[in-house]
Amino acid sequence: MTETSLSAAHREAQARATRTRYGLLAPALIIILAISILPLGITVVYSFLEPGTYGGVVWNFSTDAYVQFLFERDIFDDTLTFDPAYLSIFMRSIGLAFGAMIGTLILGFPTAYFIATKPRNQRNFWLFLITLPFWTNLLIRTYAMLLIIRDEGFVNISLMKLRLIDSPISILYTDTAVFIGLIYSYLPFMVLPLYASLEKLDFRLVEAGYDLYASRWKVLRHVIAPLAKPGIIAGCILVFIPGLGAYITPELLGGGKSLMIGNMIAIQFGSSRNWPFGSAAALILMMLVIIVLLIYAASAGRGRRTHG
Amino acid sequence: MPETSNATQSTRSDRAAISARSLVKTFGAGENAVHALKNVDIDIRENEFFTLLGPSGCGKTTLLRMIAGFELPTSGTILLDGQEITALPPYKRPVNTVFQSYALFPHMTVAENIGFGLKMLGRPADNVQGRVEKMLALVQLEAMANRRTDQLSGGQQQRVALARALAPEPKVLLLDEPLAALDLKLRKNMQLELKSLQAETGITFVFVTHDQEEALTMSDRIAVMRSGEILQIGAPKDIYERPTHRFVADFIGDINILEGEIAGAGGGTAQVRLKDGTTISARLAEGMAQTGPAAVAIRPEAARIAGQGETADLTGTLENVVYFGAASYLHLRLNSGEEFVLRQPGGLDGHDLSRGARLGIAIQPGRARVLE
Ligand SMILES: Nc1ncnc2c1ncn2[C@@H]1O[C@H](COP(=O)(O)OP(=O)(O)OP(=O)(O)O)[C@@H](O)[C@H]1O
Ligand SMILES: [Mg+2]
Repeated sequence: MTETSLSAAHREAQARATRTRYGLLAPALIIILAISILPLGITVVYSFLEPGTYGGVVWNFSTDAYVQFLFERDIFDDTLTFDPAYLSIFMRSIGLAFGAMIGTLILGFPTAYFIATKPRNQRNFWLFLITLPFWTNLLIRTYAMLLIIRDEGFVNISLMKLRLIDSPISILYTDTAVFIGLIYSYLPFMVLPLYASLEKLDFRLVEAGYDLYASRWKVLRHVIAPLAKPGIIAGCILVFIPGLGAYITPELLGGGKSLMIGNMIAIQFGSSRNWPFGSAAALILMMLVIIVLLIYAASAGRGRRTHG
Repeated sequence: MPETSNATQSTRSDRAAISARSLVKTFGAGENAVHALKNVDIDIRENEFFTLLGPSGCGKTTLLRMIAGFELPTSGTILLDGQEITALPPYKRPVNTVFQSYALFPHMTVAENIGFGLKMLGRPADNVQGRVEKMLALVQLEAMANRRTDQLSGGQQQRVALARALAPEPKVLLLDEPLAALDLKLRKNMQLELKSLQAETGITFVFVTHDQEEALTMSDRIAVMRSGEILQIGAPKDIYERPTHRFVADFIGDINILEGEIAGAGGGTAQVRLKDGTTISARLAEGMAQTGPAAVAIRPEAARIAGQGETADLTGTLENVVYFGAASYLHLRLNSGEEFVLRQPGGLDGHDLSRGARLGIAIQPGRARVLE
């Protein structure tokens, strides 16, 4: 065989391999296109159109949806005035999601540590208890939470029976109620990744810390927390991002008074009949999420590099 | 148990750095209870290289962990410089540990690892840095200061662990089989380094090993342990030449142990009638029974082939000769059926060393000892 025919055969084989590869990838590519890229594309397009009177969109290019996010257009003279109403909903959402993240971290860390230090054969039982709420629908669990914290609910009745308070503490339909609800719903998402990292922790390092004059608090700060960092970050992301877009919790426990981004978007597609603005708000939310993830990727990348 | 003081110890302070009084540790309860330590009394002196020696599971680590503060004794007390520290948490004890697994912090550099203890003690940063540099020089790792610990070889990690534990200048340094993971050559080097480091720093070292040779070469004193008890404490020479306990004799070095019965005793010497009918004289330590069954221990190097016309203490049939150059080990079978190994120094000329030859054995006066 000559050299040229050999390389021709080689090229032929390579081309076949490439075709096979794309052939095998096709189902996955189609699914990604259909369920992720396509809806996203539609959202982007809608956000640059004008709203139809009874919902839907009118095919005229417009950036009004984005302008509307920050400004109010006067119906008579078309002048723009700064209106922080929507921005404040975003800020409140970020605040509540961040608060829920910190809250679940504070509650979840000791829980995960407790499970990780149990004998191996008992850990699955405790993990089972942590995942137990997933067996019930979030909507139902949120209604249950509503029943617990409402004025005539379990908490207030108990406190009043114990004569600790005279009149019920009104929690329901406030930011506090949403905050409690978010912590309750997302706690397992914090505990599980924390547990995964604490379970791998070499407890001899904890002993080494104690041996070298670090008190319990200092061991936690200088040894355990840095080593559990991947779990802490994963848990924070898993709570913060879904928390930011939470819908059911603020809908039921916020009672329309304590709105979050999710509810606001739902209103645009529903009663407000402003699909372009709903789309724009959804995209702004997505940008927020992407920024958070980029910050994470940067910090994780740095971590990996420094770990050699 | 009697302890013989020797010349090197008289220069040391005899004050105890660590004392344990009737220390008991039981893990679990009821049927599953493990008696890791049964009534241990021990005094570890200031500035000494003290070794806990014993087979696996005898409680060495348990004792060390109680001195470090990781484990609470079931009963008994631990004193440091005469002060009770039994219930003090590890971070309040001026005692540091070199862990068998090294337990270096993977998220810190070599320098950060070494400086950790001082930082936790709240020393000012420049103070810490100076001390870290000194420790790096001491263990010859100056070039590695900013490396991460997983980029180091086993021997280097070992040195970092050592430097980290020495940096805060503890009163006592605990080392739990620190050399176990190293290969033989590195191990020999580290033995010498550890020994000189101890002399240089003047810190009390409590060293755990189950390697008797390591214990003999490094220690000022050795405590031999078996199943939660201390059988004998003494200088390496005492332990080797004057074992009082059968287990100690057997555990440390090669030794011949012959069964017999005491026929007569007096003046620190006993006449022991062995199973094959011969009687030999052996030293009897103070406080030992003067009658009854007894075992006689003789080191291989305390015996040699009896010369022409010399009266032999024992007679045996030659079974095997292992030649080592400077000396040879002769394996003999006594009339009682017991094996006897002797170390014959120098050449083997002038002796009939064919298999089955009948040879007389001469024992150096005073080197045969009765065991408890
Ligand atoms: N946490 C524990 N729970 C139950 N039993 C234990 C525990 N720690 C040690 N033991 C038991 O106590 C005994 C002494 O253990 P220790 O670790 O002190 O032995 P060691 O002399 O250090 O042995 P090695 O040379 O193998 O390290 C062993 O029988 C061991 O199984
Ligand atoms: Mg051990």
